[in-house]
Amino acid sequence: MAVNDIIAPENLVYQKPKLMNDTTMHYCPGCSHGVVHKLVAEVIADMEMEEKTVGVCPVGCAVFAYRYLDIDWQEAAHGRAPAVATGVKRMWPDRLVFTYQGDGDLACIGTAETIHALNRGENITIIFINNAIYGMTGGQMAPTTLIGQKTATCPYGRNPDIHGYPLNMTDLASRLEGTCFVTRQSVDTVASITKAKKAIRKAFEASMQGKGSSLVEIVATCNSGWKLTPAQANEWMRENMFPHYVKGDLKDTTGI
Amino acid sequence: MAEKEVMLMKGNEAIAHAAIRCGTDGYFGYPITPQSEIIETLAELKPWETTGMVVLQAESETASINMIYGGAGAGKRVLTSSSSPGIALMQEGISYMAGAELPGVFINVQRGGPGLGTIQPSQSDYFQATRGGGNGDYNVIVLAPNSVQEMADFVDLAFELAFKYRNPAMILSDGVIGQMMEKIILPPMKPRRTEEEIRKECPWAAMGRKADRNPNIITSLELKSEVMEQRNIHLQEKYKTIRENEVRYETRNCEDADYIIVSFGSAARIGEKAVELAREQGIKVGLFRPITLWPFPSKEILELAKSKKGVLVSEINAGQMVQDVRLAVNGAVPVEHFGRLGGIVPDPEEIVEALKEKLIK
Amino acid sequence: MKTEIIISGFGGQGVLSMGKILAYSGLMEDKEVTWMPAYGPEQRGGTANVTVIVSDDPVSSPILSKYDVAIVLNQPSLEKFEPKVKPGGILIYDGFGVINPPTRSDIKVYRIDAMDKAAEMKNSKVFNMIVLGGLLQVCPVVSLDGLKKALTKTLPERHHHLIPLNMEAVEEGKKIIKQL
Repeated sequence: MAVNDIIAPENLVYQKPKLMNDTTMHYCPGCSHGVVHKLVAEVIADMEMEEKTVGVCPVGCAVFAYRYLDIDWQEAAHGRAPAVATGVKRMWPDRLVFTYQGDGDLACIGTAETIHALNRGENITIIFINNAIYGMTGGQMAPTTLIGQKTATCPYGRNPDIHGYPLNMTDLASRLEGTCFVTRQSVDTVASITKAKKAIRKAFEASMQGKGSSLVEIVATCNSGWKLTPAQANEWMRENMFPHYVKGDLKDTTGI
Repeated sequence: MAEKEVMLMKGNEAIAHAAIRCGTDGYFGYPITPQSEIIETLAELKPWETTGMVVLQAESETASINMIYGGAGAGKRVLTSSSSPGIALMQEGISYMAGAELPGVFINVQRGGPGLGTIQPSQSDYFQATRGGGNGDYNVIVLAPNSVQEMADFVDLAFELAFKYRNPAMILSDGVIGQMMEKIILPPMKPRRTEEEIRKECPWAAMGRKADRNPNIITSLELKSEVMEQRNIHLQEKYKTIRENEVRYETRNCEDADYIIVSFGSAARIGEKAVELAREQGIKVGLFRPITLWPFPSKEILELAKSKKGVLVSEINAGQMVQDVRLAVNGAVPVEHFGRLGGIVPDPEEIVEALKEKLIK
Repeated sequence: MKTEIIISGFGGQGVLSMGKILAYSGLMEDKEVTWMPAYGPEQRGGTANVTVIVSDDPVSSPILSKYDVAIVLNQPSLEKFEPKVKPGGILIYDGFGVINPPTRSDIKVYRIDAMDKAAEMKNSKVFNMIVLGGLLQVCPVVSLDGLKKALTKTLPERHHHLIPLNMEAVEEGKKIIKQL
């Protein structure tokens, strides 16, 4: 079959989301970011919110998220995305406003902005990619790095006596009165991708219905930072990350 | 309240009233002495029930300035205020706003430093305000009010300039002007802009992409050095335009003067009195007051100073604006500095004494 | 005509509000006014002072080194501001708050036993209005009419029933101030 036949509309079984453009992604092969980007693009289109969405990018691997999705974006300083999103949402309450942040951005340098935006019940969604490592700067320890996990700044493994403990922000978020939906998902299987998409949809709906803040954590892989193949990284994540970062809804008062 | 009613209020309160009246969409701030009356007055006036203006107490100055980033990046008229240590904390956000070319407005009601310093008035953030303050090559427009009336009037002016040039603008005040009460006529009510008006005025704003345009991206990031250099050149060209068009200043009693006092903000009010006192003693002195500290009225100061015997720069710091005056005057006549530090505000007699001691001898 | 006044005492004595009423009274009479407090952490018992300038012409500096009138309500204030009264100027002190009276002979010194009078009136809150009355007796920067208008303007409506009491305190102050 010729290429043109394969991609003829009547033969299509799968299509790139219409809000994703053709810019070549800078993400490493095997990285979870690409999948989550796709889910966000699909949900915005499914909700027909493309003209009313403002995304806020972090500093970290997803700093260039604005290159890949054809919506309006603001690039925040490191950790400040929830404050930037607060500014946008308070100024345009009928817009869909979300942040897309990594563990260093959200759970370390931006802890205060994250906790307070969630606790105020800002009608925004925070998408939190937790891969337990600093990817962009070359594999240093993250606030969510597991005990014993080796990184460039804890080459002998994270030792709580020296480095303290992994910070479970999603647990914290679930106890804040301002949050309406707090969930932890992954994108390592087809089934988990489907569930993650549903979670993002529920969070976005809750934001638009003014029910409070939503936090969607995606436990993710960083095979480059972990120095594993993509397949091994998925295995490592299931064996080591899932027991500590347990998947599922931690809080849901949305009624959606 | 009648449109033209003369009122008596503090500079900080005047800012709050003026913000509501000039169509501000949002205020985001964190309390700090000596400027907390700004957010307190806004909370008391509840503008969200009248004009629809949002007032939010943020968790920190860092958060405040980033809320301003978000609001301004979405095309809205947004404002924050703080005092020196809080403004120091905001410098990250201000640099990002300069890089992303966002028209936010922020107010510094200065107090003495360094560090936690004192809550008493000072003008020791002049360098920080006029040199950019954060990382990178940039400038913010800096307006220095010297009265409660100007505190009110400069809010709208700062927004106008900020949006005209897509550049952050700052009102650099201090504890004297913030805390003193004097007469004021509030500016007329101006409605907040509609969505259509905002889309027209800010076609660059990230507020939701209509199908007829490409996505708008608010960012200061560019990893390609060649492109980043072009962005910087663009900024520098914009700053040149601002320098050419937006210099503001005021002179008093300069025509027949032998000596000139150069002062800004509250120090200029004290300088006015020093001029009166000096003239009572037969010393012909005039006052030059830069109203924009950036862009700085360098040409105008040189032009005036050339025909005089000397210049005294009186400011409430250890000698900051004096550097700009010396650069402007470039050795044409002697330029001396007088200042008090740590929250002490000089009185007019001290300035006259300094003038005699340093220039007349 | 311009009158430069410093009012100084302990926090809680009503120093700032007395200055405020004076400034408002000036406003009611279309005069130029500035009110500049020495601000600080808000507390009772600390020192408080405020500079009030009432003038026919625009006011330049809100910060002064010499005053036409100094009203001092405690000993530290007297020591600080007695030397700063212009020759020929006025110094008013409260007889209860000041133990060692002023010594200058080139200024007009007045004593007002406002604290005693307030106690007699069984209302410590009118202390500052008694002092204000004393000031207006010896230096009528504003009229009683302007003062009454200022009170009406600045007091919330629920406190308007207190205006007669305040005006009475002003009248008492006018009576009891005496030159030394």
